[in-house]
Amino acid sequence: MKDVKPKGGLNAEIQSRIGHQLRAMYDDVVRQGVPDRFADMIRKLDGAEAQAQLAGDAGKKEGGE
Amino acid sequence: MPLTDSLRDDILASVPSLRAFAISLSGNGDRADDLVQETLLRALANIDSFQVGSNLPAWLFTILRNLFRSDYRKRRREVEDADGSYANTLKTQPAQNAHLEFEEFRTALEKLPQDQREALILVGASGFSYEDAATICGCAVGTIKSRVNRARSKLSALLYVDGAEDFGPDDTVRAVIGGSGG
Repeated sequence: MKDVKPKGGLNAEIQSRIGHQLRAMYDDVVRQGVPDRFADMIRKLDGAEAQAQLAGDAGKKEGGE
Repeated sequence: MPLTDSLRDDILASVPSLRAFAISLSGNGDRADDLVQETLLRALANIDSFQVGSNLPAWLFTILRNLFRSDYRKRRREVEDADGSYANTLKTQPAQNAHLEFEEFRTALEKLPQDQREALILVGASGFSYEDAATICGCAVGTIKSRVNRARSKLSALLYVDGAEDFGPDDTVRAVIGGSGG
């Protein structure tokens, strides 16, 4: 008896290994939580301030360094 | 909807997975955090257009993905050998054993076409449904399914086919024969 896998098909072990590594890589970052700069930004800015900051960033980029 | 405290909390709660998505897409931590920062600014600036009761993480991921896409198109001309420079940053990092496998996986992930990579991450790591992933990527559900399948096949070919001997039956067979044949 030969255990022939269909070409292009994936065996369950490899699929679960890929899924595991993908989540391990992802969760490694998720576990770092929320960096302070983002927490401050979300807590402090209202919509108008966010718009102003976006406009300011765009201006800086276009003005060059 | 207005920017209520509870909406702020919900946005805050999405930040860790937004960062993970951004890093998976860009393969670069600094650039990923720039992407997240701009995503958050845009979300706050456009919060009035967010519909009450709709999926906030999906909305935020859509903003981030679109930013990454437009940024990527711009950069592709500027940095022709993006692959090479990323490979070099990997090499300079201290490679502990546990990290080696991680980096191999990341490198393989980098080799996937962008459409397939993002579909796989959204479904396989972020935990979105195929339907939400389709909304985020602006395509049909069937398209997401086929991208995820192709991504898995390609990753398995990159990671496991070349190294098939490592996991092949030989050692197991030998062990079984050795164990029962004595």
